Amino acid sequence: MDLTILLFLVQDGITNGAIYALLGFALVLVFAVTRIIFIPQGEFVAYGALTYAMLQGGHVPGTAYLLPIFAFVALLFDLYAERSRITGTFLLRQGVEKIVVPLALLLAARELAGVSTIASLVLTVAIVSALGPHLYRIAFQPLADRSVLVLLIAAVGTHLALMGLGLVFFGAEGQKADALTDFSVDLGPLPVSGQNIAVYAATVLLIAGLYWFFERTVQGKALRATAVNRLGARLVGIRTKGTGKIALALAAGIGAVSGVLLAPMTTIYYDTGFVIGLKGFVAAIIGGLASYPLTAAAALAVGLIESFSSFFASDFKEVIVFTLLIPVLLVRSFASKHTDEED
Amino acid sequence: MKFKFSIAAAACVAALGLSAAVVKAEDGVLTVGATLSTTGPAAALGIPEKNALTLVPTEIGGLKVKLIVLDDAGDPTQATTNAKRLINDDKVDVILGSSTTPPTIAVSAVAFDAKVPHFGLGPMPVTPGKERYTVIMPQPVPLMAAGIFDHMKKSGVKTVGMIGFSDSWGDLWLGQFKAAADKYGLKLVADERYARADTSVTGQVLKLVAAKPDAVLVAASGTGAALPQSTLRERGYKGLIYQTHGAVSQDFIRIAGKAAEGVIMASGPDMLPEGQPDSALTKAPGLALVAAYEPKFGPRNQFAGHPWDAFEVLKRVVPVALKKAKPGTPEFREAIADALITEKDIGASQGVYNFTATDRYGVDERARIMLTVKDGKFELIK
Repeated sequence: MDLTILLFLVQDGITNGAIYALLGFALVLVFAVTRIIFIPQGEFVAYGALTYAMLQGGHVPGTAYLLPIFAFVALLFDLYAERSRITGTFLLRQGVEKIVVPLALLLAARELAGVSTIASLVLTVAIVSALGPHLYRIAFQPLADRSVLVLLIAAVGTHLALMGLGLVFFGAEGQKADALTDFSVDLGPLPVSGQNIAVYAATVLLIAGLYWFFERTVQGKALRATAVNRLGARLVGIRTKGTGKIALALAAGIGAVSGVLLAPMTTIYYDTGFVIGLKGFVAAIIGGLASYPLTAAAALAVGLIESFSSFFASDFKEVIVFTLLIPVLLVRSFASKHTDEED
Repeated sequence: MKFKFSIAAAACVAALGLSAAVVKAEDGVLTVGATLSTTGPAAALGIPEKNALTLVPTEIGGLKVKLIVLDDAGDPTQATTNAKRLINDDKVDVILGSSTTPPTIAVSAVAFDAKVPHFGLGPMPVTPGKERYTVIMPQPVPLMAAGIFDHMKKSGVKTVGMIGFSDSWGDLWLGQFKAAADKYGLKLVADERYARADTSVTGQVLKLVAAKPDAVLVAASGTGAALPQSTLRERGYKGLIYQTHGAVSQDFIRIAGKAAEGVIMASGPDMLPEGQPDSALTKAPGLALVAAYEPKFGPRNQFAGHPWDAFEVLKRVVPVALKKAKPGTPEFREAIADALITEKDIGASQGVYNFTATDRYGVDERARIMLTVKDGKFELIK
C-alpha cells in the first residue's frame, strides 16, 4: 500500500461519507421533529437517482405520475378530516397544493424530459421533495401522537410500500446517470472529478442551508421548538402538524439531492436505497439521533472505514461497518441516564 | 329437448364447479402452471420470464394451453405454497419455475412428491434418486465457466484476479475457479468481494490493480457487474476483463458505456442468434424468440429464453406423451417424464437438450457462446 492508494481510499471514503452525512442529517431532522425513525429515507435516494437518470435519458419518470396520486389520496384524507369546516379558502389552498402543483410538475416532467441536465436536476428535487409532505399526511399524521414504536412500524411499512412502488414505476433493472460535468483536476497523483467536487459542495451548502434555516427563519425555529417540546410548542401557537410535513419535505429533498449526486457514480436499483440509507442511519445513531455535528463526523468515519475495509478485507466490509454500532451503542447506553420515552 | 337439458345441466355443473373452486381437468387442455419471482430481489429475472410466457404457443399437439402464472417473490416458502396450489387446486400437467436457485429447489421437491413434470428456470443441484420429474433449463455454471477458462488459456493468461458479489454467485465462481485452475494453468492472485448496492468498488479495484493479474474475472450479475468493469478501466487496468453469463444484457453495455469495449463474456446462445451458423439448432428458436420479444418488451435477455425453451421442449414431448394418455391424468404426466428422456436433440433458444435419467441439464457446448462488445454491440467470438 503506497501513498497513491491511500489518497484514493481517503477520497473515496470522504465522497461516500459526505453522502451518508446528508442522509444522517435527514434522519436526525425527521426524528427530532416527528419522533419517526425514518426507515424510508433510502427510498427517497433511490427515487431521486432513478428519477434523475430517467429524466436525463428523456423518459418521464414514474415518480411524476406517483406524485399526483399521492397528493390526491392526501387530499381525500384532508377533506375527510376537515369535513365539518370546509371553507372556500381551505378548498383553494388544498386545490393548489394537492392538484395544481403535482399536475404542473407532471406536465413539466413531460415537457422537459431530456432537455437539459439543470432542468432534470431541478425537476427531480422538486418532484421527490413534493412527495414528502403527502407521504407524511397519508402514513404518519394520523399516528402523530402515538409511541415511537408505532411510528417505527409505520415507517417500516412505508419503506416496504415505497420499495414495491419503486419496482412498479422504475422496473427491476438499475439505472445510471451521466456525470454532471466531465471536469477533472489532478491533485498530485489523485484525479478529483467534477462529480466529487459537486458532492462536497452540495454537502457543505446543505449544511450551511440547514443552519440558516434553523437559526434564521421562523419556520426553522418552529421546527426546533417542536423538536424540543411538542406540547409547549403547541401552547405557543405552533402548528405541529405542519412541522411534520416540512420535516418530511426537507428529508425527501435531501434524499433527492443525494440520489442525484450518487446516480452518476454507481448503478442504482429500486431497492438499493435501503442499504445506503442504513449507513446514514449508522451515522445518525452514533450522533445519538440528535447532534448534527456528531452525525457529520460519524458519517465521514463510516465512509472512510468502509473504503479502507473494502481494500483490506472486502468480504467483511459490511460486517465491519455495521459492527461499529455495537460498541457505540454500548458506550451510549452506559453513559446516558435511562428515561422512559413516553414521559 | 334432451339437448337443451344437457346444456342446462352443464351450466349448473360449471357454476357449481366454479363456486366450489374445484377445477377439474378439461379434455383437450394442457394445463401449465408457473411460479416466478416477478417481485423481490430476483424481479430482474422473473419479469422477463413472465413476459416470455405471454409469447409462448397457445396450442401444442392439438391441445389448448392453459397457463397459470403466480409470483413467489424469490421466497422458497412462497414457491412451495404456489407449487402445491398449482398441483392440488389447478391440477397442472406441467409446472415451471422458479427464477433463482432456492425457490427452484423448493418447487422441485413438491413436483417430485406429486409426480408432476417440472421445468426449473433457475440452475439447481440435482439430488440423486430424486431427478425423475425435474429438468433444468438454464446452463449449469461449470459449462459456462469452462468457456471462460478455455478462452483465458488460449489468450495466454497465467494470473487471474477475481472480484465477485459477496453472495452465493461469487462463491460459486470462486469454487469453479479453484476446481479448474490447475487444469488450465491459472493462478488466483487476488480475490475481492462487493455488494450490488455498493456505491463504489475503488478499494477492491485498487487492490486488484496492485496485484497485476493478466486478467480479471468479474463474478457478478445484471447491471451490478458494470461497476467493477468501469472502475477497473478508470483506474488504468489494461488487461483482459471477463464477465459471467449473469452479466450479459443490453443494460450492461448501456451502464458500463465505453468501459464495456473488449470485455469477454460467456453467454447463452439466445443473446445473438443472428451471428450463429445456419446449421446451429439454437438459431431458429433464438431468432423466433427475439422477433417475438423485442418489439413488445424491449432488449433481449437470457432469462426470457428459459420459459420459452420449456415450451420448445413441450412441443416435442407432449405429442409423444399424448399417444399414451390423456392430459390431466397421472399416466400423462408419467408419459411426459418418459418422453423427456426418449426425445433427443431438442433444439431451443438457449441450447440443444438431450436429457438422460441422470443428466437433467442435458446441454453441451452448443448451449454456450462467447461474446465480446465492439462499438457498443455484442459480437460473437469465433
